[in-house]
Amino acid sequence: MSAPVLSVRDLRTHFFTRAGVVKAVDGVSFDLAPGEIMGLVGESGSGKTVTGFSLLGLVDEPGRIVEGSIKLNGTELTTLSDVELRARRGRDISMIFQDPIATLNPMLTIGQQMKLAIDAHERLGKRAADARATELLTQVGIPSAAARLRAYPHEFSGGMRQRVAIAIALLHRPAVIVADEPTTALDVSIQAQILYQMRDLAAETGTALIWISHDLAVVSSLASKLAVMYAGRIVEQGPTATLLRDPRHPYTAGLLASLPAMAPPGAPLAQIPGTTPSLLSLPPGCPFAPRCDRATAECAAEPEITFRGDRGWRCFHPVGQAEEVTA
Amino acid sequence: MSAFLSIDNVSRLFGPNLTTGEKIAAKLGAKVETRSVRAVSDVSLTVARGETLGLVGESGCGKSTLGRLIAGILPPTAGTVMIDGAPVMENGAKVTTRVQTVFQDPFASLDPRMKVGDTVSEGPIAHGLTNKVKTKAYVAEWFERVGLDPVWVDRYPHQFSGGQRQRIAIARALAMQPDVLICDEPVASLDVSIQAQIINLFLELTRDLGLTTIFISHDLSVVQHVSDRVAVMYLGRIVELGPVAEVFGKPAHPYTDALFGSVPKLVLDADELVHFDTIEGEVPSPLSPPSGCYYHPRCPLATQACSDQQPLMQPVTERREVACHHFEEQIAKGLDKAV
Ligand SMILES: Nc1ncnc2c1ncn2[C@@H]1O[C@H](COP(=O)(O)OP(=O)(O)OP(=O)(O)O)[C@@H](O)[C@H]1O
Ligand SMILES: Nc1ncnc2c1ncn2[C@@H]1O[C@H](COP(=O)(O)OP(=O)(O)O)[C@@H](O)[C@H]1O
Ligand code: SF4
Ligand code: SF4
Ligand SMILES: [Mg+2]
Ligand SMILES: [Mg+2]
Repeated sequence: MSAPVLSVRDLRTHFFTRAGVVKAVDGVSFDLAPGEIMGLVGESGSGKTVTGFSLLGLVDEPGRIVEGSIKLNGTELTTLSDVELRARRGRDISMIFQDPIATLNPMLTIGQQMKLAIDAHERLGKRAADARATELLTQVGIPSAAARLRAYPHEFSGGMRQRVAIAIALLHRPAVIVADEPTTALDVSIQAQILYQMRDLAAETGTALIWISHDLAVVSSLASKLAVMYAGRIVEQGPTATLLRDPRHPYTAGLLASLPAMAPPGAPLAQIPGTTPSLLSLPPGCPFAPRCDRATAECAAEPEITFRGDRGWRCFHPVGQAEEVTA
Repeated sequence: MSAFLSIDNVSRLFGPNLTTGEKIAAKLGAKVETRSVRAVSDVSLTVARGETLGLVGESGCGKSTLGRLIAGILPPTAGTVMIDGAPVMENGAKVTTRVQTVFQDPFASLDPRMKVGDTVSEGPIAHGLTNKVKTKAYVAEWFERVGLDPVWVDRYPHQFSGGQRQRIAIARALAMQPDVLICDEPVASLDVSIQAQIINLFLELTRDLGLTTIFISHDLSVVQHVSDRVAVMYLGRIVELGPVAEVFGKPAHPYTDALFGSVPKLVLDADELVHFDTIEGEVPSPLSPPSGCYYHPRCPLATQACSDQQPLMQPVTERREVACHHFEEQIAKGLDKAV
């Protein structure tokens, strides 16, 4: 396998709020190879967006990266100054946000916004900039792109606005793109179109993708590997198909078992009891313990991540362990 | 099959809601949107007692509007909705408590300043389903039924999680002792691990109480799981209707086929090259729908007849209906694929 383009080790990003310390990201490690797509899944509040923001150096007060390392093409990002980070953002690593409306400026035409994004890192004349913008808009599936450069965001549908945001993220052919639930707000039909294009673009351009989602089906059809987050930690990671077929962490196993497709029509679904924990009042030990049917006294301590080949999990009593011992 | 809930030629138009200034500007020829949206167009269906009908389709196709028309929240511009032979609305006002609704966002639909126990008892007291003396026990009973601890009645909505708030919303609807329940995206705003809890609660309660249900969701796997029959909507019209296994398994309408094909499925085989069947283009503006069959600009089977003439709902089998000029071709196509 080629050297990773992005290498994250034990990342911890905490928010120091008046109510207490929110440990939004508290143990995230992974490698990403060029052109690879990793799905980052987890429920709302599990720390997916803060992980993405941390990678781009976009975490604001009262939050800060308190520990860990982020290496992009060998350069440590966590110790860079704001100026140095800004020089890389958009050029080497970029992000597509959940809400395309928030990304685009309603007062500027699509062409003007793309020109601004180009100018941030490159000197290109208007004509060359327009040509680049047109090429990328065409690539993400916007018909008659040259003419649409003069349109304002409100003249586009949600799906088209999200495509523009993707085109902007692709402008400088960054090594890594973090896509934060970019299709969640869209219709399934549009979602499929965008997923398809993103997968082809990653393959064509060698850009690595981190695809954040709460939908296992979406990432299963897109990503070659998965990381499952719970309460700020990656609790399980590995190649998509093996992880989904043979989950080791009780949370991953529980989520998969609860999908409607896993039960006969009308039958009760397997359910994970309890609710997602508040990160403000996390008890010590394994954060999944209050909801876990495999929990023992041992789980009062925090499990470290165990790596076995290309799989990793954070659990004292992983699912499927008995089978493994007898095998 | 006897019709317990019957929806007869129901339509709903939304005018452009112009201000006086805009109306004058429009008269003077300014570019002001004066067209109306036909959010729901000539919908007719019947639902048997105890049956769950799923309602699916892309955003803006009219699912919520149809749900609100059936619930008597919104008056139709034409047509009638009847429950057990009695109209839901008369002269633009709801005249029954037999239909109740559960919405997507339990936070928005609960009054933040009202104790949740009062939220549940308000309607039943107003309609004499319980009285001041019995209220406490009545509310406690419904709390227990939806899996909430009755000691929480004096708390406020913000003190609950999303899943618990949805349970409160369900208790509020059911405490009115409805026969018909409209669920509009009841699990869409919930975390994945909580969705299964609420779906299970829904399955248990609809069965135990014999409720007749309209279940709206963009998540086809949820609809497939809970529904007996499913109706597929496109731009305000129902284009296909039938038992959920048949419609999902062998779509008779090209749009149904494309909609199901574009849903990402859980892939467990790494070597399987995932193939997305994407629908061409986007949903046209409801302000200026295409001629004939609304789906013709995106339909791979479209012919001249499709842009000339609107296809009406017609039977495919005893319990199935479809609105498509070439549905036989679509079914044959599906059979080809299966071979
Ligand atoms: N109060 C209103 N005034 C004007 N237009 C409306 C109103 N309510 C709905 N519409 C329009 O009616 C059509 C159907 O809307 P509806 O909310 O029923 O769609 P939906 O299928 O529930 O969509 P979603 O999946 O996004 O919830 C849309 O074009 C919408 O813009
Ligand atoms: N600016 C902030 N101040 C305080 N807490 C925050 C801030 N941003 C995020 N958090 C908290 O960090 C946690 C993770 O959030 P987030 O990464 O947005 O979750 P996800 O994207 O997985 O839904 C949540 O508990 C959230 O409330
Ligand atoms: S460490 Fe213990 S509580 Fe945590 S997931 Fe594993 S078995 Fe469950
Ligand atoms: S009527 Fe024609 S355009 Fe409409 S769905 Fe059928 S084949 Fe397609
Ligand atoms: Mg997020
Ligand atoms: Mg709706």
